[in-house]
Amino acid sequence: MPGNPDSTRTIKIDMMARVEGEGALHVTVKDGQVQDVQLRIFEPPRFFEAFLQGRHVNEVPDIVARICGICPVAYQMSAVHALEPIFGVEIPQGIRDLRRLLYCGEWIESHVLHIYLLQSPDFLGFASGLDMARSHSDLVKRGLRMKKAGNHLLTLLGGRSVHPVSVKIGGFSQAPTKSALHALKDEFLWARDAAVETLRWVSRFEFQDPEQTYTFLALRGSSDYPMNEGDVMTNQGHHMAASEFEHHFHEVQVPYSNALHCTLNGRSYLTGPLARLALNQDRLSALAKEFLQSTGLALPFNRASMGIVARSVEVLYAFDEALRLIENYEPPCTPAVPVTFRAGVGMAATEAPRGLLYHRYEVNTDGTIRLAKIVPPTSQNQRRMEDDLRNLLPGILHLNDQETARKCEQLIRSYDPCISCATHFLKFTREEVS
Amino acid sequence: MNDSTEETQNPPGRPRPRIAVVKFASCDGCQLSILNMEDDLLALGEALDIAYFPEASSNMQPGPYDITLVEGSITCPEDLPRILDLRQQTTTLITIGACATSGGIQALRNWADVEAFKRAVYPSPEYIHSLSTSTPISEHVKVDYELWGCPLDKQQLLRVLTDLLRGVTPRIPTHSVCLECKRQGHVCVLVSKGMSCLGPVTRTGCGAICPSMGRECYGCFGPAEHDSVIPGVPPNTDSLAKQFHEHFQLIPADMVRRFRGINGSVQPFQKESDAWESR
Repeated sequence: MPGNPDSTRTIKIDMMARVEGEGALHVTVKDGQVQDVQLRIFEPPRFFEAFLQGRHVNEVPDIVARICGICPVAYQMSAVHALEPIFGVEIPQGIRDLRRLLYCGEWIESHVLHIYLLQSPDFLGFASGLDMARSHSDLVKRGLRMKKAGNHLLTLLGGRSVHPVSVKIGGFSQAPTKSALHALKDEFLWARDAAVETLRWVSRFEFQDPEQTYTFLALRGSSDYPMNEGDVMTNQGHHMAASEFEHHFHEVQVPYSNALHCTLNGRSYLTGPLARLALNQDRLSALAKEFLQSTGLALPFNRASMGIVARSVEVLYAFDEALRLIENYEPPCTPAVPVTFRAGVGMAATEAPRGLLYHRYEVNTDGTIRLAKIVPPTSQNQRRMEDDLRNLLPGILHLNDQETARKCEQLIRSYDPCISCATHFLKFTREEVS
Repeated sequence: MNDSTEETQNPPGRPRPRIAVVKFASCDGCQLSILNMEDDLLALGEALDIAYFPEASSNMQPGPYDITLVEGSITCPEDLPRILDLRQQTTTLITIGACATSGGIQALRNWADVEAFKRAVYPSPEYIHSLSTSTPISEHVKVDYELWGCPLDKQQLLRVLTDLLRGVTPRIPTHSVCLECKRQGHVCVLVSKGMSCLGPVTRTGCGAICPSMGRECYGCFGPAEHDSVIPGVPPNTDSLAKQFHEHFQLIPADMVRRFRGINGSVQPFQKESDAWESR
């Protein structure tokens, strides 16, 4: 480390770029040792759980979508899956498939955005995807076309890609016709090939951040790669129904952040594409397995930067899975099953593009919400991001502050943090005593 | 870093307008809508000098800016000096979406005790800096154009930017979504299905997507103007609410929720929900 070894050095990023929402990083180094790493979320809180109280359950999918413009479907899916068991609703397979198809659209849109416009510019040395497009026009155009395919699917099923309008308790307000879905096939076949190319491309990047020892956490279901269904599992032997989530996981507040930290028995863990892939590689489609294997990269991926590879595998899977669902699609006899509201408590977790998204609701007899709790993926990953940075920093402190900060920012960005999401959860929290 | 000014597409002697995209309290969905202009994004990046857009670029240049797109509402003390400074740095300031234009869904706090929210939510509420209200940008600085919607309609934004680039004054339609709905030939969900559709009092712009998906409009583009010639005449929320109450058996609590939604704190909707709450 340059300069006086006794000095205190502060490395700051006042405004992180190419992440969703607003955050900063503050690192303190004393005598050449990392003293403190603070990921500061200054995104203002919006108090969603508080104003969900008293709203009718019918309004919940429209309201929770607004927590995140990038992953509104995830919020809608966790909400309806948490609420439906309260009312004893059985969702037929046709509607489940349609929900899975909708989720494919969101994974594609969100992941491709991150791969092409947010993270890959770090590997190629550009400030943005638009700057990258000046010299890599075909590449960026390919990404935009893939993203458009995902958005097209969302629009077809949901009316629009940001805050879709068709999701409701019991199903959908309307199901697409067979011919409308089949019209997507040619573009999706192109996009699936483009996803193979994307995976080849990103798997050749240089991943220079240190290997980490991750506790991976993801859903795992009985057969499919997890989206809406499955139990919560870790690679440390945890296995629980989503309803038991709060017995093991606790949110704690830290003074420097508007987002609570979620911990597993007091320790950090990782949720998101790296974790899903580590715990569910056997659930991938044959095609996704084949091309993952051909990259020559061994699972599990233990570097944050390799999130881009995991996302690319999932994009390939999502296009493949969407094509399968489109091929087998028969419009359900009713787009939504009837629902009779009653009081009760329900919880569910689904796999948002960024990881596990847990919802819990208490409902009154008149169908209004008594209590809501939402634990988004980025609040779960926050503590892990800080741990990653602590492991990264010793190896890069010889660089100047600007370069050190840049490498830290790249590591955080590789998580695809959604800071807007992370700032909205609340309730039943305890302060960490240090 | 700003190599973009050397672009060959740039007409000689006429620099490309410098644009900033900034965020206050919001979900990022309107900024995402910009990145979702897949067919036009690269052309837009050529026509405009994207000087400040942290969600998309690490290259953040200081002002002044010719155009600033503002997402999000004012919800914490730190926002106030920031928006005043941005206004000073900006020639044309455009709000993008419901949060910036009306206060957004987080304006539901305006009816609540935010200190109680904070206590309910955070174990150490003193760490949280938050105002008791969520307010639109226009309550703090002059706004040149307002784009409604949750999210905004990206075609509407593209049209406004194109107009500004060509030196044309943008015109943003203010009539109700019903006209668009009829134009598309949808069966009226209010008349035929008895759904409590807010379309008659809601501003056009979304493309009538809710009725097209077999459900009622929930007002995410804010209140329409009753008269397309005389600006500022509020829509007839009173008559619509009476219809919901008398013919669809909505109780006053339903009515409060109906009008107190994504644009709940904007005048015509707020007036209606408050009136039903006091019944």
